[in-house]
Amino acid sequence: MGKKADIKLIREDGLRHDGRKPDELRPIKMEVGVLNNANGSALVEFGKTKVLAAVYGPRELHPRHMSLPDRAVIRCRYHMAPFSTEERKSPAPSRREIELSKVIREALEPVIFSELYPRATIDIFIEVLQADGGTRTTGITAASLALADAGIPIRDLVAGVAVGKVDGVLVLDIDQVEDEFGEADMPVAMMPTLGRITLLQLNGVLTPEEFKEALRLAEKGIKEIYKLQREALRKRYVEVSLEE
Amino acid sequence: MSTETVKGKVYVENRQLVLPGELLAEGDVQAQSPYIYKVGEKYYSAIIGLASVEDNKLNIIPLEGFYLPKVGDLVIGLIIDVGITNWIVDIRAPYRAIMNASDALNRQFNPIQDDLRKYFDVGDYVLAKISLFDRVHNPVLTIKDRGLGKIVHGRIVEIQVSKVPRVIGKKRTMINMLMNETGCDIVVAQNGRIWINCSNKELEDILILALKKIEAEAHTTGLTDRTRNFIREEKARRGL
Repeated sequence: MGKKADIKLIREDGLRHDGRKPDELRPIKMEVGVLNNANGSALVEFGKTKVLAAVYGPRELHPRHMSLPDRAVIRCRYHMAPFSTEERKSPAPSRREIELSKVIREALEPVIFSELYPRATIDIFIEVLQADGGTRTTGITAASLALADAGIPIRDLVAGVAVGKVDGVLVLDIDQVEDEFGEADMPVAMMPTLGRITLLQLNGVLTPEEFKEALRLAEKGIKEIYKLQREALRKRYVEVSLEE
Repeated sequence: MSTETVKGKVYVENRQLVLPGELLAEGDVQAQSPYIYKVGEKYYSAIIGLASVEDNKLNIIPLEGFYLPKVGDLVIGLIIDVGITNWIVDIRAPYRAIMNASDALNRQFNPIQDDLRKYFDVGDYVLAKISLFDRVHNPVLTIKDRGLGKIVHGRIVEIQVSKVPRVIGKKRTMINMLMNETGCDIVVAQNGRIWINCSNKELEDILILALKKIEAEAHTTGLTDRTRNFIREEKARRGL
């Protein structure tokens, strides 16, 4: 990858470096129930970003003393595979991965009816197989599909997307290059039916007006992703009934 | 698409597939499922399932899920540990079950003299009932009832818990059909383990295939007839 001078983030024709319009998502693929041994699983691709999520539980928590008497403990691990980045990444959890695990857990906790399963645990594993920006939001999108697939009661699916500012333009669903050389990066995750935000981070500088516009843009993207999530869940049942 | 009832509005049809976060109804309706939650006046689904609508009664039959113990349920447990006075039993639930020796043996029992491994050892299957369970206690099993106890012959088939009602069928139609067609004994436990007892290996294989077919197609209609045809075809193919 070159320096900033080598890449034009916004081309002369107003399109982005990969040919997308500013408010356009990357091509998205979703598949539910990809792992046999997990209670729920999903594979989600946003362009070149590819993330696998698995959910186990509710199950017994060990060590016991960590369990809560009134609700289930939700544990989350976000991890990047060593081969997911351009330079090999050490498989040991980095500071960034530990923090993202916490942030993703907090984005998912409000949707799970954990009070139904006291003393138990729900384990969420998010494995980034290929990273090209937006892995945390892709991870949240995949994890919420995996939770639904596991049959764990949730208030709504959670969909996430990152909005960025590159060359002074607000763009939806930024990739690695735009994240690296852009001016701002704002990941957002929402429960779309209830209209509640579960994750909102901002890296860089936006004016109050830009922030409002960025949030509006994120909401638009999230609604599209949500539709795809619902389609992916539906597809499993339609496929089976068409088999005959 | 909405059906106006006397009091509330229902947005889903009977047997419609619903997803988490889907708006089901508004106003004065009766939600009879733990998987339906209410925000203000609106009712939403919390899981993937099939809606069941009757007047203004609303229910969801889950399509995915796991076993949650309920007192009185018939379960098939797998012994995973033997203690001094009890056994630890896996019942495919978020919580491990406990079976006390005093509940399992029909006599006075002395932990110094008796070795519980003589009665149930790790790996044994047991047909039992849940006698106690609540939010603060793990489930407790008992085998003090007719027909309960160690499973010593036959085979155990595991299916998804959410598919158990389908294997039994409305008024036991499905399970009666399976027993008539194959001549096997079938015990369906609430935790998704099925105990089958067949006269020969071929019938056993056919029955397992039929059970797996029911599991895969649980959300479709006309399944009993299709499964009956499937069993007959398989029997003819194998010359039975």
